[in-house]
Amino acid sequence: MNPVRKRRLIVTLLILGAVAIATGLSVFALQRNMTYLYSPTEVDAGKAPNGHPFRLGGIVKEGSVHRVPGTLTTDFVITDRFQNIPVTYTGILPDLFRVGQSTITTGTMQNGTFVATKVLAKHDATYMPPQVAQAIAKAKEEHKTGDGGRVAGAQK
Amino acid sequence: MNPELGQLALILALLLAALQCALPIIGAWRGSKPLMATAPTLAIGQLVFIALAYGILTWAFWTNDFSVAYVAQNSNLSLPWFYKLSAVWGAHEGSLLLWMLILNVWSVAIVVFGGKLPEAFFSRVIGVLGFVSFGFLLYMITTSNPFLRLMPAPPNGADLNPVLQDPGLVFHPPLLYMGYVGFSVAFAFAIASLLGGELKSTWVRWSRPWTNAAWAFLTVGIVAGSAWAYYELGWGGWWFWDPVENASFMPWLIGAALIHAQAITDKRDGLRAWTLLLSIFAFAFSLLGTFLVRSGLLTSVHAFAFAPARGVFILVYLAVVVGGSLLLYALRAPKVTGGKSFALASRETMMLVGNLMLTVACAMVMLGTLYPLVGEALNIGRISVGPPYFGPLFLILMTPLVLALPFGPLSHWGKADLKVWRNALIRIVALAVAAGIAGFIVGARTWYELLGVAAATWVIAGVALFAIKRWREAPRGKRYPFEMLGMMLAHFGVGVFIAGAILTRSMSVEQDVSMKPGASVHVGAYDFRFNGVAETPGPNYTAQQGTVVITRNGKPVVTLHPQKRTYVGGQVQTEAAIQAGVFRDLYVSLGDPIGPSTGSGQDVGAWSLRVYDKPFVRWIWGGGVCMMLGGFVVILDKRFRLKRAVEPETVRPTPEPEAPRKLAEGEA
Repeated sequence: MNPVRKRRLIVTLLILGAVAIATGLSVFALQRNMTYLYSPTEVDAGKAPNGHPFRLGGIVKEGSVHRVPGTLTTDFVITDRFQNIPVTYTGILPDLFRVGQSTITTGTMQNGTFVATKVLAKHDATYMPPQVAQAIAKAKEEHKTGDGGRVAGAQK
Repeated sequence: MNPELGQLALILALLLAALQCALPIIGAWRGSKPLMATAPTLAIGQLVFIALAYGILTWAFWTNDFSVAYVAQNSNLSLPWFYKLSAVWGAHEGSLLLWMLILNVWSVAIVVFGGKLPEAFFSRVIGVLGFVSFGFLLYMITTSNPFLRLMPAPPNGADLNPVLQDPGLVFHPPLLYMGYVGFSVAFAFAIASLLGGELKSTWVRWSRPWTNAAWAFLTVGIVAGSAWAYYELGWGGWWFWDPVENASFMPWLIGAALIHAQAITDKRDGLRAWTLLLSIFAFAFSLLGTFLVRSGLLTSVHAFAFAPARGVFILVYLAVVVGGSLLLYALRAPKVTGGKSFALASRETMMLVGNLMLTVACAMVMLGTLYPLVGEALNIGRISVGPPYFGPLFLILMTPLVLALPFGPLSHWGKADLKVWRNALIRIVALAVAAGIAGFIVGARTWYELLGVAAATWVIAGVALFAIKRWREAPRGKRYPFEMLGMMLAHFGVGVFIAGAILTRSMSVEQDVSMKPGASVHVGAYDFRFNGVAETPGPNYTAQQGTVVITRNGKPVVTLHPQKRTYVGGQVQTEAAIQAGVFRDLYVSLGDPIGPSTGSGQDVGAWSLRVYDKPFVRWIWGGGVCMMLGGFVVILDKRFRLKRAVEPETVRPTPEPEAPRKLAEGEA
């Protein structure tokens, strides 16, 4: 093989190999590590995965935050103003975690309670993550167009 | 000074940018000397107006002119003066103005240092920079005017976001922007080459210091951001794979690849097409970075407000720049490509492996960062992709790079020398294994730790072997030219970084605890005693300040004062207290009060606290700083003095690969 062709072959093979491996790995890793965001209405309707981590977004309900005395465990309720999901979290809450503010928590449903491993509140106190805003808007719509969510919830 | 003057200055700068884009390029196309001669004047004129606008905005902050909406939103009467100056770039509009200012400073720097480049080429470079500037100015004037008035003016401002009130922020964005914008030089060179239809390796050589500088600034910007997140966000982490972090990391990866590709094109006249492509992509990712951060499309810890018009503008701009560049590339690249062949075990191959891994890693990061956006657009649901995706994949992709890294400098350009390889391999493996055993004796127990020590040694041993080789084989005085020294420093930094990243991850002890005053907790080899919380006033906040006494085996080590600040605007911000050390950081941050602050009962005065023992965490940033220094040291090399770049090239400068060459002749 002449040197130019040989070089091109090496380069092409290297690129193809790397791209193939990387694509395979990425797609595989993406599928395993994606977490979806659900609103309390969707969770209540049984749309959230069971036993698999997901994110729950909504507003921290007024008067729902209770600390278990002597521990770092905090119980609160996340609401989209239609459905409420009880959440429990052990650890230090972020600075901007406050009643009436939007938050996104990551965790799993266990016996009707969302056990959070991560609680996110945003830097800007007036800022609502677009995802949460959409989830709430969507919950509003579903609420208007009938009680599909509630029926599904009753089947659980 | 009048804010409307600032707006006027921006509009004038926009007009000059339009001229700077059009006149020199038309001049270069028609061969008109008078048109080409306008380039320096226009670039300098634009800088004057941008600097004027920037000065006016700074003045508005300095004088608390709350009739300017941007000032009212981001400043406060009680804000300390240095934060008033840095608040100029504390939010969207002002940071764009800073972007523009830096772009224009870079343009004028090219005018000053590049005046001796061939005139047509120089004019095209300035023209391309004018186009970049035009797009951003148009964006700023139409969607993000920092000089908008607020009537009636409020008596006091809303205050700068407290997260941003930190020495880290004073440097973080300008450094990042120096990096982002710096890649515009390589981009302008690439586009100018494609427009002109020819690429000389001397031009690539001339643009190398600019790329190195840009990358070095980006490196230190990312390091500053990471350190800032570490002590300001109060989580003790140093990298979160947050979309905004990824946004700055993608151009960094491509920039690192570009630096090496440019070296190949400069030294061997090879890989021209690849270098051009990377030049385009480094800048495209800088624009994408700006887009991701500023459009507010992504949910992230940075969470800027959502502004669809802005996002759409940058997206269109990005499409024009990237689409146009790639179209030009497709049409013109065959004209400018070419180069020399090389053997499989040559330095080029090693550098190519590194290049590929960096590019693929960038693609991987891009996929994970943009996938949620695509998912949302296609309505498959609101997805988030977190560290479990990025971390392991990045580790896998970087493994070949780390393995190849020592062999790049040690092998020859163009030809394979398996004997050199074998000798180096034996020594490096021996050293890495020895380091692993030493680590085991010192106390490392997990595979992860041992592999980390071995990998760091692998890289550093490669640098050491290269240093010894040069010392033996090169004549005195020519052993370590700056270019080589910079490379060694940067590679050494990679080794230090690997050690830091891996050891911190596996050796850290992190505990969230609830503590009453007088209570103690044992973390790592240390005892942390909590002495309660007291209120302390600050300039524009009041702080709950805790006192934590740290002892080791009964001997006092240090007393730390973590704070929980409440700013005048009502925002709460945690200030971690850190005892920094070369081998370990002791880290305490305040959570929330758990019990009542007074009275009686079991929880009185109790707080939740984060208590960390983080060994080797400084090495992460130490490695980054070495990489940055490496980037800057390379610039000092004599190769890059303009005299060389101006020489008319009638003969190809590089020797034939088959010809025997001496190591002494600038072989790196």
